[in-house]
Amino acid sequence: MNKMSKKFPGKMNKISKNNFITYLLVLVLYIVIQVLLATGNVSSLMEGLLVPLCIYVMLAVSLNLTVGILGELSLGHAGFMCVGAFSGAFFSKCINGAMPDALRFIIALLIGALMAGIFGILIGIPVLRLKGDYLAIVTLAFGEIIKNLVNVMYIGRDGNGFHFSMKDFLSLNMEADGEVIVNGAQGITGTPHDANFTIGVVLIFLSLVIVLNLIHSRAGRAIMSIRDNRIAAESIGINITKYKLMAFSISAAIAGVAGVLYAHNLSTLTALPKNFGYNMSIMILVFVVLGGIGNIRGSIISAIVLTLLPELLRGLSDYRMLIYAIVLIVMMLFNWSPKANEWKEQVKEKYFSRRVSKGKGVK
Amino acid sequence: MSFISYLINGISLGSVYAIIALGYTMVYGIAKMLNFAHGDVIMVGAFTVFTIVSTLGLPPALGILVAIIVCTVFGITIERVAYKPLRNAASPLAVLITAIGVSYLLQNLALIIFGANTKSFTSVVAVKPLKLAEGNLVISGETIVTIIVGIAVMIILSLFISKAKAGQAMLAVAEDKGAAQLMGINVNKTIALTFAIGSALAAVAGVLLCSAYPSLTPYTGAMPGIKAFVAAVFGGIGSIPGAMIGGILLGIIEIFGKAYISSQMADAIVFAVLIIVLLVKPTGILGKKIQEKV
Repeated sequence: MNKMSKKFPGKMNKISKNNFITYLLVLVLYIVIQVLLATGNVSSLMEGLLVPLCIYVMLAVSLNLTVGILGELSLGHAGFMCVGAFSGAFFSKCINGAMPDALRFIIALLIGALMAGIFGILIGIPVLRLKGDYLAIVTLAFGEIIKNLVNVMYIGRDGNGFHFSMKDFLSLNMEADGEVIVNGAQGITGTPHDANFTIGVVLIFLSLVIVLNLIHSRAGRAIMSIRDNRIAAESIGINITKYKLMAFSISAAIAGVAGVLYAHNLSTLTALPKNFGYNMSIMILVFVVLGGIGNIRGSIISAIVLTLLPELLRGLSDYRMLIYAIVLIVMMLFNWSPKANEWKEQVKEKYFSRRVSKGKGVK
Repeated sequence: MSFISYLINGISLGSVYAIIALGYTMVYGIAKMLNFAHGDVIMVGAFTVFTIVSTLGLPPALGILVAIIVCTVFGITIERVAYKPLRNAASPLAVLITAIGVSYLLQNLALIIFGANTKSFTSVVAVKPLKLAEGNLVISGETIVTIIVGIAVMIILSLFISKAKAGQAMLAVAEDKGAAQLMGINVNKTIALTFAIGSALAAVAGVLLCSAYPSLTPYTGAMPGIKAFVAAVFGGIGSIPGAMIGGILLGIIEIFGKAYISSQMADAIVFAVLIIVLLVKPTGILGKKIQEKV
């Protein structure tokens, strides 16, 4: 299932080659899009989709760390994105003007990552004791709770400092000059628009460096050993809790960074079921599974394809999401069904028999 | 008095959750998969009744019957086309994602046929509200019918599982597919039957849900579906009495949370209770503890 884990850890050459292809893929895509942008071949609609594309790629890569490398099904990834988005936007809103923009944005990204990471650890400690579908449902529950709490949170600031309330705007008891920063279901308005495509790609690179280096480090191999056989891993002295939490919180932190990027791409940040609900978490999971569980490059490609697909089908108006659903089902059946795999093997043997016998010997 | 009225409303909502959760838990028990499209089958049932009763003007009883048939056919078809080929897939996640695809498919199909605007569902219940304690406690007809149907479904289903041959076959397949096959049980048919029963129950739940909360959109089934999933896990997924208890408890917690704590945070309270229960008892209230073998 997982290409990386099958490889012998000693063969650094092959691993770094594999990683290099992943970095190159992102770089080539970036250059192609920049060229298309410069020559004016990108519609304004597609241009607006470039930053969300980066966000989805980061989310898919980070979720793959939890699902593919750690082997735990998480349905609450959007919750971490929500934490990152709101803490980053909160910081930017508070500081706005008091700091150079670039520095403020970098600190906002760090704060988003830190907060989401902390939430990852706080949620991970109880959640990672559970297994399988129970873990999935609890992560889903946490994601929904985060979204729900953000929707009833009011934070304002006046001369006396910060005011906090869980009830409504009036119970903040602010003075006349007070400014509401987080306004319950209306969220945060007026976040500075810092995000752009280049920053998005830089952040993708950073997350790839973190994730790929983690996977091929000693810690990464420990994490994968937990995935493959928890009891065996435990019996050779691997600290299960530590490594599980490590993978889970790093994954959450990257999702938090994606959230900060998301918050700084929109003027109004609200926690809706659409952007931070379980639907979003499920969509990211779809990217991961379709791209190949544990395959980072696959996550990038499927996130790009599945984000662009509904836009490319826009000409079909109402039918586009229907076709999206059918394409998703057919692709899943084609990729995962044992019968389809058998058929693919047969076709491979028939037409590429030489390469198959040379390449993969032992399964 | 308001406490009793909340309690009754909670049991009523909980009965709907329990009926949906039964479908979830049966499918999980037998096919070991989370059927994310289950919530959308509820929506299909509700739309079928809506078409027959409100658009065509036919009697509600016929509408419910047709809805049950339509949902059963949908359930069997979905299982056959989308889930069966992936039963032996390398990763259990594959079928989960396919179920999500089916969920998108059903929602968008309904979106194209019926449009995105909210339809107001005419209640199919003709029972008069019950007035108790000199009119201080009014129980709506929908609530009464929902609770009665809920109890009836649970009793019939329990009898079916424990007494009928097909029910026993379902238990056997859930326990051990290979051994069941060796005993001469047709595994494919049994799994199809489970999906059929689960979907028929979803149709009933859809009608009851939309009679009590009469707004109908293509996304109506999604949230009750998730809540019922929570209820199934709450009670111990795979366990039929667990789904009933989980569903009813969840309904009561949700209504009480809305009434006494905060209506905006009702969902958060439901999920928080779930988390606490799972942390204390990691396999749900009635779930079996599985010993891991080395």
